Amino acid sequence: MNTQSKAISGSSIKPHALSPAAISATRRMYWSVRRELWENRSLYLAPLAVAALILMASLIGMIHLPAKLSDPSLNPMQRQQLIEQPFTFAALLLMFTTFIVGVFYCVDALHGERRDRSILFWKSLPVSDLTTVLSKAIIPFVVLPVVTFVVTVITQGMMLLLGSARLVGSGQFASLGTRVPLFQMSGMLLYHLVAVHSLWWAPLWGWLLVVSAWARRATFLWATLPLLAIGYLEKITFNTSHFSSLLMHRFLGSPKDVASNGSDMSMASITPSPGHFLNGSDLWIGLAFAGTCLALAVWLRRNREPI
Amino acid sequence: MHRSPGLRKAYGKTIALGGVDVRVEEGRILGLLGPNGAGKTTALNAILGLIPCQGELRVLGRDPWRERDELMRDVCFITDVSVLPRWIRVSQALDYIAGVHPRFDRAKAEDFLAKTNIRCSSRVQELSKGMVTQLHLALVMAIDARLLVLDEPTLGLDILYRKQFYDSLLNDYFDRNRTIVVATHQVEEIQHVLTDVMFIDRSRIVFARSMEELESRYSEVIVHPDKIAAARALKPMHERQALGRSILVFDGVDHQQLVALGDVRTPSVADLFVAVMDIQVSQAQGAAQ
Repeated sequence: MNTQSKAISGSSIKPHALSPAAISATRRMYWSVRRELWENRSLYLAPLAVAALILMASLIGMIHLPAKLSDPSLNPMQRQQLIEQPFTFAALLLMFTTFIVGVFYCVDALHGERRDRSILFWKSLPVSDLTTVLSKAIIPFVVLPVVTFVVTVITQGMMLLLGSARLVGSGQFASLGTRVPLFQMSGMLLYHLVAVHSLWWAPLWGWLLVVSAWARRATFLWATLPLLAIGYLEKITFNTSHFSSLLMHRFLGSPKDVASNGSDMSMASITPSPGHFLNGSDLWIGLAFAGTCLALAVWLRRNREPI
Repeated sequence: MHRSPGLRKAYGKTIALGGVDVRVEEGRILGLLGPNGAGKTTALNAILGLIPCQGELRVLGRDPWRERDELMRDVCFITDVSVLPRWIRVSQALDYIAGVHPRFDRAKAEDFLAKTNIRCSSRVQELSKGMVTQLHLALVMAIDARLLVLDEPTLGLDILYRKQFYDSLLNDYFDRNRTIVVATHQVEEIQHVLTDVMFIDRSRIVFARSMEELESRYSEVIVHPDKIAAARALKPMHERQALGRSILVFDGVDHQQLVALGDVRTPSVADLFVAVMDIQVSQAQGAAQ
């Protein structure tokens, strides 16, 4: 009906004279991830700031360390705990920080570029939606665990140096280094970061990214309220709480088999054992869900227009 | 150079762009004009793979919706003012594009920037609106693309920046191997730049001519009051009144005939646009009755 044809001059579809220097997919990915780090400096500034706070706090705490350690009423086990606790606490605080940073990053990752319309600029470059979404997913899956690990190990190393210096200064020559199993702690930390932060929480990152790609506004509310609503509806209609216990199990508790001994705040107590972890179907279901979310996020980025 | 036969994009109930077959050759600058809501942006977005469209659409031999990232090696666009991310530094923008774009010439971009007041360490949010456009143009001009699409690239800029924008585009960028498609309302300023014009109304192409054709075919006559009947007998396509004189636009009427009627000149693109749009409106009213 409306069809109208008009040819302006002749046609010519010729291959381009120049053959462009090919840019590999890895290079595009590398620059896309760097781009994320430029935009979101809190990804490393926040953990660094927290690390500085931890160092300051432990410096103050160390004033009384020699006196505490020489308390004759302590048994060797308690003494060991007293020494190790600040190190574990530092690791937990840094992990908590990067977790929060990761949540806020993911919620905004695919929303911010639509909000400020810069998506029109990014889309004018030869970078596919798949590359873009993956470069954003790499942040919570790889970059944040690596940042957490490096910052934590450096912080713990400096705490160890400061503590040793304090003990030597007070005339207690028993080196702190032999009492703090730093290598063992680091190994445990690395395993915990990969197992829990990357793999176990994969569905969380996937979900946040998909909401970020979908929602027009109030991404944080869209990411949380539907989950609460589903749990609430299930409760009032069936009087069960499978969904909410599923969520609790996923995000607050770690995998089931953890031997939880209450007040013990060691890394081992919040990390599943490898065998149990890999054999359970929960992990694989979660990863499949995360994969689906990422695929959906790619589709949404292609289809959604700037807000 | 790019073809879009049967381009359709449905926005709710309105077909934003009915069947259109566009073919633009290398070395041309096509101006796309239309009233607000005519479907210019929709058409351009479909060409750039930003939105899907019904029917077959090929740009440089590719399907833009499925192969946007490959297409963007040969196509560049500025579809809106100020879409550069506010947080990015000029140097980071250069680094990033050099990192992902095979046809980006960083030295060229730096040369363009050296002629402006933009410093490489600045963030986009520190630049004025005009400078952001200059920066975007510098980035785009350093890309050796075959097709450049501009959708209201200078909206909201003062006349100095607007003029500078098109001057550098024409002098430093445009050559026989490139095609530029530009949609804008500020047609008076760019009509000397264009080689082709196309008017779109209610998703249809209602007028498409090269500038040479436009100059040879169309005449605008400020008719002497006593010759008005004779002038109307020649079937003008459009008539309007200005300062008490009748101004008639003719399509394909012999120049010699018209000289006798009054002052003859080539209509500006804007005048022709108004004439064509008036015809569209009266046709639509006629159809409604």
